Amino acid sequence: MVHEYDAVIVGAGGAGLYAALEVGRTARTAVVSKLYPMRSHTGAAQGGIGAALGNVEPDEPEWHAFDTVKGGDYLVDQRAAVILAEEAVQAVYDLENRGLPFSRTAEGRIDQRRFGGHTRDFGKAPIHRSCYAADRTGHMILQTLYQQCIKNDVAFFDEFQVMDALLEDGRCAGIVAYELATGELHVFRARAVLFATGGFGRMFRITSNAHANTGDGPAVLARKGVPLEDMEFFQFHPTGIRGMGILITEGVRGEGGILRNRLGDRFMERYAPTLLDLAPRDMVARAMITEIREGRGIRGDREIDDYLHLDASHLGREVIEAKLPDIAEFCRTYIAVDPAEAPIPVQPTAHYAMGGIPTDVQGRVCTADTTWEGLYAAGECACVSVHGANRLGTNSLVDLIVFGRRAGRHMARYVREAAMPPLPADAADPTRAWLDAVKEDGSSAGPGASTDSLFREMQAVMMSGVGIYRSEADMAQALARLRELRGTCGRIRVRDDSRSFNTEITEAFELGNLLDLAVVTAASALNRRESRGAHSREDYPDRDDANWLKHTLARLEGTEVQIGYDPVDLSRWEPKPRAY
Amino acid sequence: MKIILDIQRSNPQAGVEPYYQQYTVEAEPTERVLDALMTIKRSQDGSLAFRRSCAHGVCGSDAMRINGTERLACKTLIRDVAEKSGDVIRIEPLEHFPVQRDLMVDQSGFFARYRSVKPFLVAAVGVNEREHIQSPEERVKIDDPTKCILCSACFSACPVLSENPRFLGPAAIVQAGRFVFDSRDRGLEPRLDVLDQENGVWPCENHFQCTRVCPRGIKVTKLINLTKREIKRYREERGEETAEKAEEEAKRGAEEAPEEGRT
Repeated sequence: MVHEYDAVIVGAGGAGLYAALEVGRTARTAVVSKLYPMRSHTGAAQGGIGAALGNVEPDEPEWHAFDTVKGGDYLVDQRAAVILAEEAVQAVYDLENRGLPFSRTAEGRIDQRRFGGHTRDFGKAPIHRSCYAADRTGHMILQTLYQQCIKNDVAFFDEFQVMDALLEDGRCAGIVAYELATGELHVFRARAVLFATGGFGRMFRITSNAHANTGDGPAVLARKGVPLEDMEFFQFHPTGIRGMGILITEGVRGEGGILRNRLGDRFMERYAPTLLDLAPRDMVARAMITEIREGRGIRGDREIDDYLHLDASHLGREVIEAKLPDIAEFCRTYIAVDPAEAPIPVQPTAHYAMGGIPTDVQGRVCTADTTWEGLYAAGECACVSVHGANRLGTNSLVDLIVFGRRAGRHMARYVREAAMPPLPADAADPTRAWLDAVKEDGSSAGPGASTDSLFREMQAVMMSGVGIYRSEADMAQALARLRELRGTCGRIRVRDDSRSFNTEITEAFELGNLLDLAVVTAASALNRRESRGAHSREDYPDRDDANWLKHTLARLEGTEVQIGYDPVDLSRWEPKPRAY
Repeated sequence: MKIILDIQRSNPQAGVEPYYQQYTVEAEPTERVLDALMTIKRSQDGSLAFRRSCAHGVCGSDAMRINGTERLACKTLIRDVAEKSGDVIRIEPLEHFPVQRDLMVDQSGFFARYRSVKPFLVAAVGVNEREHIQSPEERVKIDDPTKCILCSACFSACPVLSENPRFLGPAAIVQAGRFVFDSRDRGLEPRLDVLDQENGVWPCENHFQCTRVCPRGIKVTKLINLTKREIKRYREERGEETAEKAEEEAKRGAEEAPEEGRT
């Protein structure tokens, strides 16, 4: 079946929904999502949305922009950071005016709390910049935006999974999507397409990410020749519940929570004397691994799965129940720990993709020398780059709103002029061929190649080979193994032959996406011979601005990866050593 | 330990009527029921159909009946529903929904009810340059209903819906309440017609099953009663009748009418 729209948005999280509200005002728009929109992973975000409102103490967007650039270890495109910080203020007011139930100060204004890497006066001290709704800010944003879409009659295609993008001669003509309920393929022809499909933490064994976070957008575009930017930069959030990866918000530390080792020491004093536990996430995660390696993890056995303590008991039950109720419930439900009484056992957890589909500040997919017509990306799957080599907490929710809206705005202008692109006659054929091949009887992937074993091995290989501390040998070994796994995955055969609600097919598709992105990530990481932000190499431990102050562009060709580079916008602040 | 999952399966589109299939899986007591389902799906039977995403109780995808009670599979630990090796955990789809396949149910009726209550801010004041002022006390009033993740556990558990499938249902009322009691919203008035009608809030009989099963701990029954009270107050102020009153009167009239008909 073929559908025609002016604008098609793939993904219904914060960025996709905001873009839909924007472009839907003047253009015929459809949102295509593999999940019901309210299930999107934006809803899992906890800590807050960063904006220089100045409700608790004086603040400036310029400070926020600088913190973002420094937090990103100077790989951030600086004009993008300025836009993020400046437009954040109005974006937060806009959300509140649409009904978002922020937590409030005594005066009735949006309350703000401290968060990692956010400072006043260009790094003097932590600042109250995170606008929050208890510890469920993402849930509130997702609900509010979905409510607004209902109010504005946005057209949704729920449980339609994108499987291909129609890209020809640098122009996007639409997408091909698989309808879960029927197994039918749908072609969506459009003047402009926005990808807002979120992250891909499920490449890793321990992750905060939903099962749905399989990077469908970046994978589909990568297979169509679009390079992916800065994929080596994947954030490990310092505090996931031990063994499970479930996120415990940085907001706990924002409220005063402290990380301690087996000696009870506040070890961040040694690693970040000014910001302590509110140093940027990559620094805290590395500090934790170092403590573990040196025998000061809680077990003290130096094993990779040792952990540390996040102590919030001194905050008092009232503060915890008022400001951190959800994480208190996670702790009670999953590990029978009451944060008001006992410290929370935590480990770094794969959390956020700084890299992704390269865009400009209007959300258009482009590199320095190529622009794809009619193609946009926003949210976690995009790389503007506003987060550089490491993202500050609360900057993702701002990113969704600011750049989701900007992409929507630009799409609205673009589709007014743009012609409806020609649709290739065989638009759905490659996808149909894949579906037919994956359902074939008889041939099987071979021994040890169930979906289960492929997922587990990929996740283990990524965790140990392309994790927090990296080395040439580990990454090279990981890359080789991932290529093999990708080959094996191509031979998986789905046994479920039902056309309706066949999630075995969609999972096989998602596994392939993750493996493609894992290969690109490992290759990009192997290639970058320096340490910067979240990319930390034991064999190249220093930042090397002379040779490496540039964005990586990785082009997937089968299982080979071709690396190129793009310059970084350094127009506002000169790179300095990053110390806190 | 060895756990046996006894799962209700069906595939209406393929003409497969409901039946139970048992799967045996190794699982730690501290693992989630969802983890066991994922292991079965990925290593034993890829055709097993269920929804899931966040795996920690915030997205609402995996509501189902576990040992007869509505729960989120990702928030239910094995040890919550099984004690020792060899124990059986019964898993069934939610009630009051047509089954799409296995544990996947058609929630379109649920979402239609949700949309019908205008679940978006109907601002009492105009758009501000900055934020509306809302005191912490005013904000607390809506804390409970804003937690709702639309998982449908309450809808499945509600005994009234078994008798009266046209009842608006607990979740939609919670979502309405979220705005009715929001100081920034025009409140009841834009939603009066859908709440104050025969199948609006009035069919609730205080069974408390919704409150019991809500994975977010929302006091659903209390909210429904607060909403009923608000409607009564609103009508009284205007000298009007609630739909509940009107229905009671109609019933009484119908009971008396046969007497008149005979003369």
